[in-house]
Amino acid sequence: MKLKKAKQPKLPTAARLLLYPSVITLFIIGIFPLLFAVWVSTRQYQLSKAYEPKTFLGLDNYVTVLTSPEFWEALRITFTFLIIALPLQLIMGTLIAVYIYNLKSPSLSSLLRVILVLPIAVTPTITGLLGRLIFNSEFGIINYVLSFVGIEPVQWLADQRAAFIAIIILDTWQWTPFAALVLIASLMVIPAQVLEAGKLDAGTGFNLFRYMQLPFLLPGFTALLILRTADILKMYDTVYAFSKGGPGVATELVSLYINRIGFGKTFDIGLGSAQAILLLFICIGLSRAYIKIFYREIQV
Amino acid sequence: MKINLRSSRKRSKVKVWEIVVGGGIATTIVFPIYWMIITGLRPQTETFSSTPKLIPTITLDHYKVVATSSTLLALILGVPAAYVLARWEFKRKSDLWFWIISNRFISPIVVVLPFFLIAINLQLVDTYWVMIIIYQTFSIPFVVWLSIDQFRAIPKEIDEAAAVDGASIIKTFLKIDLPLVFPSLSVSAVLIFVSCWNELLFAQILTRSDAITGPVVALGYMSGYDIRWGPMMATSTLVVLPIILFTAALSRNLVRGLAMGAIK
Repeated sequence: MKLKKAKQPKLPTAARLLLYPSVITLFIIGIFPLLFAVWVSTRQYQLSKAYEPKTFLGLDNYVTVLTSPEFWEALRITFTFLIIALPLQLIMGTLIAVYIYNLKSPSLSSLLRVILVLPIAVTPTITGLLGRLIFNSEFGIINYVLSFVGIEPVQWLADQRAAFIAIIILDTWQWTPFAALVLIASLMVIPAQVLEAGKLDAGTGFNLFRYMQLPFLLPGFTALLILRTADILKMYDTVYAFSKGGPGVATELVSLYINRIGFGKTFDIGLGSAQAILLLFICIGLSRAYIKIFYREIQV
Repeated sequence: MKINLRSSRKRSKVKVWEIVVGGGIATTIVFPIYWMIITGLRPQTETFSSTPKLIPTITLDHYKVVATSSTLLALILGVPAAYVLARWEFKRKSDLWFWIISNRFISPIVVVLPFFLIAINLQLVDTYWVMIIIYQTFSIPFVVWLSIDQFRAIPKEIDEAAAVDGASIIKTFLKIDLPLVFPSLSVSAVLIFVSCWNELLFAQILTRSDAITGPVVALGYMSGYDIRWGPMMATSTLVVLPIILFTAALSRNLVRGLAMGAIK
């Protein structure tokens, strides 16, 4: 819509024909449902009571959400997850990337790079189911390994802290390899001459990494930070399959919480929509901030 | 034998700790996948329920249709848009770009609530159509995001030369630029196919039986205390194995594409 106002420079008609189909599609499937969600969020709208009138409530649903400790708890859990999992994955990803980059054997490094691709393809739902198998308190491999170091069997799905640690481990298993692959690609960009010159100036080991390689890794870090933050805020599949948010609400990330309100027992779609819209504002705010901070220099 | 080993080791200069670390990384990644396959193959001695319910192959066929159609539709819609965004300057272009890309940030739960109500009213729940359409919400932004860079890598002079020769914009796009990016489009295609194939939340809410997808079927074996590990892991293997093999085979191109999109 806004494009039509553009007077100069003007987009040729043929170019519009190429551009508009996807813009219109995204508008219909992206914006229109959101407007509908705004409408629903101002109503008393419960699917379990389909034939009752959908009374207009104004902002009541929003007040309910913002004053509900459960909503804040879900946000707190989501951001705790983000603050622990993301740095963990970036640090481990960097270590793996530097290790593989410095490997002198081409066959070992290419084998490892193929292996690193595998977790990215694993269906996140199935990562969660695999978690159930591996963290099983009776026959799971994790407790078996822990028993060698003399640790008592952990009730991974019954203990709140253990369950939270388990979902962080699952996410880290799946996405650290992705971080490593992106960072290896960033290291590959460094021209050999620059690196040789750097070795003379900065020496080898940590100094070389700090002054020569780290600057080249920054775009990779930025991209990973943006992509992984978005993914963690959306995260649903793995955790749903692993713990359904339990025990209690220990692993109930915000997507799982909204899903439980909107499609759970009460089918309170009005309230769920209000939560979804508040989450949308958080997502937009965060992505704006990220892109402002990191993508300033990039000309689109 | 000993001499051979030693000399080859000397040539490639692989240190012992490097092999240990590499082995550790490989084991950590591969073991869970290996265990899933083994558990799926294990005879069902521990399940007392009648015959283990094998998933009908038709389920996966339908599910392939949904993922393939979504990928094709996203490419058909997204690639031309990426071409225009890469080639032309116009007012509010960065706003438009930002809006398209920001769809990647939107949580699916935000989209699925209103979509569910609309789908119920239009009687589209549990059809392929609703799945193919809703998958465009993340597929189109993904195609645009990955393809813009690919078009930008083509020198503008090529387009200008074509224009001088009298080729129309659409013809230039179809005959000149599209063939040049075609190889790298396979990366976008694989990545979108994998995201549609793996998606859970939309499928869980918008399908019942006819259009049900693999992840939803796999979850179905988990009810209360009675988890049927064998069939669950067999289904999981059927869902995961094809795409793992697929991505491993294409891994070199895939990583290049992903990294290119990510690090610009």
